[in-house]
Amino acid sequence: MTEFIGDLARFSFLRYALLAGFLVSIACGIMGSYVVARRISYIAGAIAHSVLGGMGAARYGEVVFGLSWLHPLLGAITAALISALVIGLVSLRAREREDTVIGAVWAIGMAVGILFIFKTPGYNENLMSYLFGNILMVSREDLWLTAGLNLLILVTGLVFYRQFLAVCFDEEFVLLRGLKVQAYYLLLLCLIALTVVLLVSVVGIIMVIALLTLPAATASYFSRRLWQMMGLSVIFSVLFTTGGLALSYAPGLPAGATIIIFAGVVYLLVAAASSARGGRRFIA
Amino acid sequence: MNETRYSGPVVELKHVSFAYHGTPVLEDVSLMVNHRDFLSVVGPNGGGKTTILKLILGLKKPAGGTVRLFGAPPEKTRYRIGYMPQYASLDPLFPVSVLDVVLMGRLGRGMSLWGYSRSDRRCAEEALEKVEMAPLRDRPFFQLSGGQFQRVLLARALVSDPDLLLLDEPTSNVDAAIETGLYELLHRLNERLTIILVTHDLGFVSHYVDKVACVNRRLFTHPTCEITGEMISAVYGSHVQMIRHDAKGRDGVFP
Repeated sequence: MTEFIGDLARFSFLRYALLAGFLVSIACGIMGSYVVARRISYIAGAIAHSVLGGMGAARYGEVVFGLSWLHPLLGAITAALISALVIGLVSLRAREREDTVIGAVWAIGMAVGILFIFKTPGYNENLMSYLFGNILMVSREDLWLTAGLNLLILVTGLVFYRQFLAVCFDEEFVLLRGLKVQAYYLLLLCLIALTVVLLVSVVGIIMVIALLTLPAATASYFSRRLWQMMGLSVIFSVLFTTGGLALSYAPGLPAGATIIIFAGVVYLLVAAASSARGGRRFIA
Repeated sequence: MNETRYSGPVVELKHVSFAYHGTPVLEDVSLMVNHRDFLSVVGPNGGGKTTILKLILGLKKPAGGTVRLFGAPPEKTRYRIGYMPQYASLDPLFPVSVLDVVLMGRLGRGMSLWGYSRSDRRCAEEALEKVEMAPLRDRPFFQLSGGQFQRVLLARALVSDPDLLLLDEPTSNVDAAIETGLYELLHRLNERLTIILVTHDLGFVSHYVDKVACVNRRLFTHPTCEITGEMISAVYGSHVQMIRHDAKGRDGVFP
């Protein structure tokens, strides 16, 4: 830990990593709370895995056709938004097939990614960082992009707080009040998709659902209302990313996996403590 | 919302039929609900009660016949309904306070651009007072008992100042004492409001309700005083026994 703090002053990549953790925590806390409250972590999981398809395709275009503007992140955003809209429309129109479609988007997204990566010439060191994340590779440019997406998510998430809360709690009632429920639900899924893309750079595709849901799920034990859950889960998220990064540094462990294990242990301890109190939450 | 220059029936179903995947649920159903009626829709599960409710709310379209709400298609006028859904349709662990839930009833027409206005909050407080839940306004939803839960949902239905109150199984999950309290409250509200409630139990209903619609694919409307054994067995089947709750012996002792 002292080594981490000492090196923080020396290496800019460590400062960037720390800052990236802070930034994604804001989006993660807000959108993760919606995901946990609405119980749609499987949708977030499918969106996350479909991101590989977009990243693979973009990387392929970049290498094979020399399209230098085609950054994998652009592919990731496109794939995430398409998946969010497909899943959203199916779940609104044909509820009984929702789980099948979620599974299909999940697997097809990965399959597309694997094919593109296989066909991309050269050594594919990228695959590992897509799947498991690499917060230590975050560049200054990535940070600006993260900050921009964050601002978008934060502002939209707060402006439509009333509507999102009501849609998540009781969609049918909100429809009867004359609100455009479908539009709000799709917008919410798109914001979740953008959050997923941000988190992929920190913990990678495979562990995104955990980072998205564990801070919010932990926060839910201490909150009465959704906005309290959001605030607390931003704090937990900062704690998990910073703590995980610091813990992983000296022994040279993968940062993403360490962050997730740290988050998982804290969540399980809180859940166990609550269940020892007869399932009650820690609020007055 | 005093847009009630329209003086026709509040709800009018004419020769309505409906089917799920080819299985008929409703056949040739006609129903008329007038201003300040208190109608109870009863019938066995799967008999079509919920379908009637969804037709009135405009959430389903009839296969045949017409549905009118305040003389117009339901999608146009359903904002005038105060709707209370079934207890079981909501997530009891959702992180919202009592006041948050009631405020949802202020969404929709004429809502402010950003946040709830002062008058939204005042209306929510008033609705909570009507259902005697004002002291619990900051209580999280997941700490409420079944009866309190129902009262909050009723307050949410009332907060938009509706002309018609539509309640789906309002007494499921509450004990008899709370059920009586709820019906007395509805009885008071009925002085101004039209009320339709869907329920599977006839028990308490008959004291307060003035019309009963029995639905089992077809619909028959009766004034409450005419509820007879034959009528119940026609709807529920012959193996139902009627128990008179009001039959007490001398000195309040059951014979």
